[in-house]
Amino acid sequence: MDAVFDTFKLRAEAVSAEVHRFPHKNEALDFILHYLRDAGVSDAPQAYAVWASCPFLDGVDQKQLSTAMPGLIFDVNREVSAAAKVGISQLDWAIANTGTLVQDAARVDQRLVSTLPLIHIALIRSDRIVPDLPSALAKIRPEQTNYISFITGPSRTADIERVLTIGVHGPEKLIIVFYDVLLDEPGSVN
Amino acid sequence: METKFRESINKALHNPNLTGALGRFSEAYRISRQKAYEGYDFEALRTQIAERKSYAASHLDELADLFTKNAEARGTKVFRTNDPAKVREYILNLARENGVKSVVKSKSMASEEIHLNKHLEAAGIEVGETDLGEWIVQLAGQTPSHMVMPAIHMSKEEVTTVFNEQVEEGQKPDIPKLVKFARGKLRAKFLNAEMGITGANIAVAETGTLVIVTNEGNARLVTTLPKLHVAIVGIEKLMEKFDDVVPVLTALPKSATAQLMTSYVSMISGPVPNTDGTPKQLHIILMDNRRTEMSQDPKFKQAMQCIRCASCLNVCPVFRLVGGHVFGKVYTGGIGTILTAWFDALKSSDDIQSLCIQCGNCTEVCPGKIDIPGLILELRRRLAVEQGQPLAQKAIFSVVNNRRLFHSMLRAGSLMQKPLQKDGFIRHLPFFLSEMTEFRSLPAIAEVPFRDTFKKIQQPASKEKIAFYAGCLIDFAYPEMGDSLVKILNKAGIEVVFPEGQTCCGAPARYSGAYEVAAQNASDNINALLADDVTYVVSACPTCTAALKQEFIGTFESLGQTGSVPRARELADKVIDFSSLVKKLVDEGRLKFKEGQQLGKITYHDSCHLKRTLHASQPPRDLLTQAGYEIAEMYEADMCCGMGGSYSLKLPEISAPILERKLTNIKNSGAPLAVMDCPGCVMQIRGGLDKQNSTIKVEHTVQRLVDELE
Repeated sequence: MDAVFDTFKLRAEAVSAEVHRFPHKNEALDFILHYLRDAGVSDAPQAYAVWASCPFLDGVDQKQLSTAMPGLIFDVNREVSAAAKVGISQLDWAIANTGTLVQDAARVDQRLVSTLPLIHIALIRSDRIVPDLPSALAKIRPEQTNYISFITGPSRTADIERVLTIGVHGPEKLIIVFYDVLLDEPGSVN
Repeated sequence: METKFRESINKALHNPNLTGALGRFSEAYRISRQKAYEGYDFEALRTQIAERKSYAASHLDELADLFTKNAEARGTKVFRTNDPAKVREYILNLARENGVKSVVKSKSMASEEIHLNKHLEAAGIEVGETDLGEWIVQLAGQTPSHMVMPAIHMSKEEVTTVFNEQVEEGQKPDIPKLVKFARGKLRAKFLNAEMGITGANIAVAETGTLVIVTNEGNARLVTTLPKLHVAIVGIEKLMEKFDDVVPVLTALPKSATAQLMTSYVSMISGPVPNTDGTPKQLHIILMDNRRTEMSQDPKFKQAMQCIRCASCLNVCPVFRLVGGHVFGKVYTGGIGTILTAWFDALKSSDDIQSLCIQCGNCTEVCPGKIDIPGLILELRRRLAVEQGQPLAQKAIFSVVNNRRLFHSMLRAGSLMQKPLQKDGFIRHLPFFLSEMTEFRSLPAIAEVPFRDTFKKIQQPASKEKIAFYAGCLIDFAYPEMGDSLVKILNKAGIEVVFPEGQTCCGAPARYSGAYEVAAQNASDNINALLADDVTYVVSACPTCTAALKQEFIGTFESLGQTGSVPRARELADKVIDFSSLVKKLVDEGRLKFKEGQQLGKITYHDSCHLKRTLHASQPPRDLLTQAGYEIAEMYEADMCCGMGGSYSLKLPEISAPILERKLTNIKNSGAPLAVMDCPGCVMQIRGGLDKQNSTIKVEHTVQRLVDELE
């Protein structure tokens, strides 16, 4: 487990992603709230944070969170996503040897929160790391969903003079947050 | 060659932004590509890709049917056509039916191939390219100069000017700021567009899935925000199984941009909900445009194995000098020449096919295992059949084809050149021939060709005989290389025979598309070289060796002269290059180096055919090291020297700067002596250094070994 995590972290950081890991959901949540505060999220256009519904949120009091963190929106649509600074979603699998995240992204909110805002926080369970592409494609198949997304680092271009520049059309920051899950906890269901 | 084409070459060569950016890129690419493939078995990977793509190319109809069935079962509309006009019409109708005023596109070479933007714009529809490079090129009113990096020919200052003039004043040449500016401007377009157009990198038949690879994230927005998604897919993208995605998706990012994985990959297998909850309209156009015809051509079928990574452009010594615009069409570089010949017209490749110097760099990196130089030769052959050869060329080959006439002309040349020659070099030629000596001196034709000096060499009689194939350069320009070769083999107790009937190896004719001439040369040589009972046929010219060992067979097969193939194979089995033969004799203990020699530093240049056709880059290095030399490797030792046989005569303006790079790399090695296995390379490099008055010596390996063996 730790070896694949280390490989993943190394590869993801090599393509400018940030990688964090927490032993429990609550700590991951604390980290995210601190992050949103530091990023200047507030109840103003261009400063929202949009959070697409996901297993991580099971058992989390969303109302209380929204009150505590003004500008944090769980009711995701096109307009608020286009006016958001941060987008949060849960990813399904991580590929260690390329530092890639994989997601069933048929639901449009999954893509809105990870394409339009400047910062994407990607939540993922620590037990969802597979070693390579073939093992990921064995887990997630096109028969199950019409849209599979692979995300490896933030959006990038080298189209002007081949100079690598982060953040073109998609996020300029990708923050990957792993959280460890005990089998009887909520959110441990596949 | 058209004047317009020559002008475009010269324009490119004199554009320092272009040659600078491409030059730096090609140097960095080589290293970063290698790093990206660390830990991967590239040969195994590309064999898998070639097999899977080749299978698809032989089952196009079946796979297109299966793809259509599976995609339609999930609510996608699939439209299949051979006709680019029908593709444009389909999209235009769709746009009209849905009141589309604005379209956003992520990169699609297939849409460029059919000039879609022009047609949509003519119908009053706004079309926005969203890939940054494509957008810049679109704003500038240009075409992409590279499949993966469309605007690589422009500096940040030029991009700034384009933004200031076409979008909004006040931009500064600061790359991160220019990118931010583009993000802002294009974001509005994404949000307003009613239709999104993409291409696809793979189309999986068994699941009806499109795989789309990007770095900027534009394809994700194009497939998410507009309510209509149209994907234009060339049918060469079809693959049978979902598992076929693995090898292609493993190789594509590494070969294209030296990334382990691109930032984004989208796998779309059916319509997804729009942002307002309605289902998206998903249309997939399977475009043929002569691809089926190509897949049925026994030679060109392999071009269907292309995954559009453009690595053949990135390693090409010519492309890095001239860039993509000289190709004049949508597809550029080596593979682009082939695709243009098919998707546009054979005659459209007439000029651009001549850019290939046949160095073979691309064959080493192609993840689809396509023999690009081989296919370009086949284009040449077909062009020569269709249009006939140029008159002057015809006259030359009729001479080459007549051995006696050819040889007596060369002898006469040795007398005629007298007034022009000095220290064994011709430095200037009069009139139109002067271009030949502009950037390098040419060797003087030897007074006595090797075929005559050979008769005077006293050899110890031996049971074991090896036939020597000299080739034109050693025979008529460098007979001393032949003398040394005989001496070395004599030291091993082998007698050398020189079959008199040998003639030109046919490479010049073959590389010009004159296959009949090459076949005649092949027959003459086979008859001459198989006449004696010898253990080997050795040549000290890798181009000749490659011709004898491989190309005779290929030439006969191309012409359907299959009856001649068995004898060609018999010869091929006996043929060996000089260094590999000597290495073998040393390993067997039949030749010994003098002991304890310290001969100093040299640098070694890999000749194209020796390294990439005969795969013998190690034997000469081993021999020179064993002899007592210390090899100081030059940068890009295996990069072409720009000779390419008659290439340096046809395109001296390209040959010269390629040579220039080679000379710089030789000088930077710090060695006073450059050694190589090809008399053609010796001619080019020695001539180039002579023109620069350099003191660095240039020698064939045979010359460096002859005195060091006991």
